[in-house]
Amino acid sequence: MVEFLDIINVGLFAATLRLATPIAYGSLGGLFSERAGIVNIGLEGMMLTGAFAGVTVSYFTGSSWLGVLAAILIGGFLGLVHGLITVRFAGDQIVSGTGINIFALGFTAYMSQILWGSRGASESVQGLPIISIPFLKDIPIVGGIIGTHTPLVYLMIVITVLSYIVLFKTPFGLRIRAVGERPEAADTAGINVFKTKYLCLIISGMLAGLGGAFLSLGHLSLFALGMTGGRGFIALAAMILGKWMPFGAFGASVLFGFADALQMRLQALGLLPPQIILTIPYVLTIAVLAGVVGKAIPPSNYKPYVKE
Amino acid sequence: MQNLTEHWKALIRTTRRLLQRLFAELKAALPKMLPQVIAILLAFLVGAVVLAVTGYSPLDAYGAMLSGAFGDTFGIGQTFTQATPIIFTALAFLFAYKSGLFNIGAEGQFLVGAFTAALVGISFEGLPFFIHVPIALIAGAMGGALWGFIPAVLKARLGAHEVITTMMLSYVALYVTGYMVNYPFKEPGSWVAQTVFISPSAELPRILQPTQLSASIFVAVLLAGLTHYILQKTTIGYEVRAIGSNPSAAESGGISIKKGIVLALTLSGAMAGLGGAGEVLGVHRRFIEGFSPGYGWDGLAVALVGGLNPAGVLLASVLFGALRSGGMTMTRTTHVPLDIATILQALVILFVAAPKLVKYLMKKGGFKWWNSST
Amino acid sequence: MTRKVKSPPPFFIHVPPAIEMRSITKKFPGVVANDRIDFTVEKGEIHGLLGENGAGKTVLMNILYGLYGLDEGQIFIDGKEAEIDGPRTAIKLGIGMVHQHFMIVPSLTVAENIVLGNEPIMRKVLLDTNKALKSVTEFCDRYKLEVDLKAPIHALPVGMQQRVEILKALYRGADILILDEPTSVLTPQEVQELFKAIRALKEQGKTVIFISHKLQEVLTICDRITVLRRGRVVGTVKAGETNVGELATMMVGREVFSTFEKKRPEAKKTVLRVENLEAVDDRNLPALKGVSFEVCAFEILGIAGVEGNGQTELVEALTGLRKVTSGSILLNNIDITRAPPHERIQQGTSHVPEDRQKRGLIMDFSVMENMILGSHDRPPFAKGFVRLDIKEASDYANKLIEEFSIKTPSKDTPARHLSGGTQQRVVLAREFSRNPRLIIACQPTRGLDVGATEYVRSKLVDMRNEGCAVLLISADLDETWALSDRIAVMYEGRIVAVKDPEKTSESELGLLMAGAKPD
Repeated sequence: MVEFLDIINVGLFAATLRLATPIAYGSLGGLFSERAGIVNIGLEGMMLTGAFAGVTVSYFTGSSWLGVLAAILIGGFLGLVHGLITVRFAGDQIVSGTGINIFALGFTAYMSQILWGSRGASESVQGLPIISIPFLKDIPIVGGIIGTHTPLVYLMIVITVLSYIVLFKTPFGLRIRAVGERPEAADTAGINVFKTKYLCLIISGMLAGLGGAFLSLGHLSLFALGMTGGRGFIALAAMILGKWMPFGAFGASVLFGFADALQMRLQALGLLPPQIILTIPYVLTIAVLAGVVGKAIPPSNYKPYVKE
Repeated sequence: MQNLTEHWKALIRTTRRLLQRLFAELKAALPKMLPQVIAILLAFLVGAVVLAVTGYSPLDAYGAMLSGAFGDTFGIGQTFTQATPIIFTALAFLFAYKSGLFNIGAEGQFLVGAFTAALVGISFEGLPFFIHVPIALIAGAMGGALWGFIPAVLKARLGAHEVITTMMLSYVALYVTGYMVNYPFKEPGSWVAQTVFISPSAELPRILQPTQLSASIFVAVLLAGLTHYILQKTTIGYEVRAIGSNPSAAESGGISIKKGIVLALTLSGAMAGLGGAGEVLGVHRRFIEGFSPGYGWDGLAVALVGGLNPAGVLLASVLFGALRSGGMTMTRTTHVPLDIATILQALVILFVAAPKLVKYLMKKGGFKWWNSST
Repeated sequence: MTRKVKSPPPFFIHVPPAIEMRSITKKFPGVVANDRIDFTVEKGEIHGLLGENGAGKTVLMNILYGLYGLDEGQIFIDGKEAEIDGPRTAIKLGIGMVHQHFMIVPSLTVAENIVLGNEPIMRKVLLDTNKALKSVTEFCDRYKLEVDLKAPIHALPVGMQQRVEILKALYRGADILILDEPTSVLTPQEVQELFKAIRALKEQGKTVIFISHKLQEVLTICDRITVLRRGRVVGTVKAGETNVGELATMMVGREVFSTFEKKRPEAKKTVLRVENLEAVDDRNLPALKGVSFEVCAFEILGIAGVEGNGQTELVEALTGLRKVTSGSILLNNIDITRAPPHERIQQGTSHVPEDRQKRGLIMDFSVMENMILGSHDRPPFAKGFVRLDIKEASDYANKLIEEFSIKTPSKDTPARHLSGGTQQRVVLAREFSRNPRLIIACQPTRGLDVGATEYVRSKLVDMRNEGCAVLLISADLDETWALSDRIAVMYEGRIVAVKDPEKTSESELGLLMAGAKPD
């Protein structure tokens, strides 16, 4: 029992914030997509591909920031693909997303075999630096939690705030919400429904790619097969728990980050077999989804919009 | 021994009749399946580009795949062996889809079914084979059914989106069976995380030596026929299809949506679980950690490519079984990473996801060719 | 009531028409919606576009507004040819449209809905809410249309929402306003308010196109009327030079009998008794606040009321699709208050739903499969445990196809391929052939042409004559009037009055529907 309490310390909460980051990126990505009326099941694949792209570019250029850029670009590209399939060609959103996920799995394994001769484990690359914010880190306790992190963590917080502003305080956000809720009304108002959806999907993919870059460059410094481990799906659950609002999604992501951080430390304690502990984040996700019964009503109408 | 041959003959006869019926249905549906065929071709085209760009010859790779899959009896046997579990998971996805649900957790249901069947297989000795095999299969089906029942109830009563819950349960299944086979049920003295062999009385016989093709393929084909029958000729299937097509009208017509989706997803899980059981009892004869290279996902692709009907599933599963078995030959001889098969699978899914895309591409390029040949 | 007639200016200036549509053709799979239509609207006039459902009025206007593309023809706005490829272009040309189903975004405020697409910006990127409020308020004042701008739009009553739609069009600079069936959701009093607003718009120099199938209204408000029938123009007349009968003949192509044969046997025992029914709607607000009424065998009880006063929730409660919080529903003295839909069907309830494509039919199912919906799990269609008897179902379907003259290539045709009137016949055939005790018919003639409408109404009367209790819920007051033996008025979740149609006037009903008490 004493050992269990040992793990509750500042480090746990710092790790919580760190591990919440990829999920938060994913959930914000999911948010933009869903607010515009498209379900993005492919977040997992976009994240994984982003993670891979980040490591690959970092490997060849030696710069982790270029890797991050690559992750953003390729995530956005996949978002556009998803958009083309679901918007332009009215394809099934779940099938398209699943296809992207499977593609990411296969493609990253294939390419890493070709580049590094090992299926899904790259060499170490230049990772992102860890920075400390001068005043912040000296605050007792809280400083330990938020004062020292890789930049992508701080960026995540900034983007969360930005997302709120964009969605609720700008015309663009107003249009996104209109397009998602009642595309006919937006169309009648002269808004280009398709363009708005594409844009949102590209943003969605870029954010997912960022989350992947964090995993491979900010958290570790390499790529491993399937390293996203379902986080793309957990991000969707976080989005739902957060009621499709940026701050809510962030809060939910912190919850899942906590579960992740806890699970790692519990494994180190060795009280239970690792496999059982590894199920914690997934069981939690299911519990969360079961718990938001009825209270989680999506804001959008996901039917494909067809013009006569 | 005489009795056994009689049973086999009867089984083969029934299977052949079933296949004929199914293919008659398929023939009727075939003209509408042109988009799927084109989707496959397009996928292979893009795959060829990927291969070429990474320094491999598409012709060599595809050629190796083809000869590996169909070149000799061994290859053909292995192709059908790989196709078998995919039939089960494809039917699982199909059945859930007909009710409007996306069961992407077939992989997890498959694993759970495999493990429960293995459990029954190793727990009993000396039972007659015609008792041991069925109860092991049923155990597998029930394991999978449980894994489908959980997300089903969560969806029906609490509205939890089944895409996420089934996916999460897949991970849980992976870890729980992994735990089982690394600790309590691990074969003593073995390096590998696996159970002991199942009792011989629980084995599904091999039907094409020296390949691994087992009687589970008969179970698969029977299941395909059964699925067709349920969907088209029973009230359960009627209600499932009604719910999938128009839940509001179904509700007004007195159908209970909740009961329907629970039934559909549970049966779906049972089908996938049965597939896992078949693999364990017929091919591996034990549960080995990681024995499934992703049959759940193959099933999804096959269900879509098969036009979401059981006969199409049978055909498409052969294609994907070929991808897997031929893929191994390809990797051995040309050193192309096996994952190209996954890439091809994903491309097929993407192209099939949007029939309009294929039609658009057909118009742009292929259509002229199509027209000029008539 | 006088109408201002513009006298021509003293010297000849040719003012081009606000709109000229020449030879417009638009085809959909299987039907020519617009067939070489010539349609001209002069500046500053109120022009009625009259025709029955399916005549092509909405399609024509959707082409004008850019929501549909035209197959052939040309459009001239103020004399200049225009290519309208989308609402954006139409708006730029000064065309605004108020649709039959309002194009509002429920979670946005009124002001946000109005400025959508034209949002005022501050500091380059942010939305300037204050400026939006100010400029919209200016508009409200100018056109004398009062609306609460900060309210979330879904909370407004329907008449108000329509005003928002009109404001939206005006805010975007519309000089030409298209109103598509604007009175279908209004009480008689609200219709008068709307007419006042339309006349005010004309005084401000706006041009109005008034789409409707209601003859009297079109005669009242319009200067000129163009009649469409089956996608073609029948003629254009001045309102002052024609009458209801002539218009009706133009609309339908034959003499229309407006009276309805209806001899009614004496009402017998009570079939449906509803007492103090209470229920909430989808947003947990009270929708039914103590509804009580009875329907007897051999009787049609019509429920009159503006949409949104609880009728939908009442039907859902009666059919088992919505939970009741208190009160009771008795069918032949059997309590079905909490019974699931399945049981109610078995107890003899039949339901002709408001939206036949959503609730009435499964569009991908064949005619035969739709015919057995509701009885599919009982003999004779279900045998043994779960087996479907396809032969029985086929025979039944063929029998009904003949009996109800259903125009379908075969019993295996998907419902999707049938016309609206035919689809409704399938629904009727299924619901009426179960020997029901109670029929709940909601908007049964919505969207149907005159022939189909007459058929549905006569069938309802037939069922009543055979002893059914019929509950008719219709937003079409004329229809309720013509068919009902008694009329109950529903307002804000209660039955506020039950009247004998022969002893009540339309204005009295209108007042009751609006919640006022007639004196």
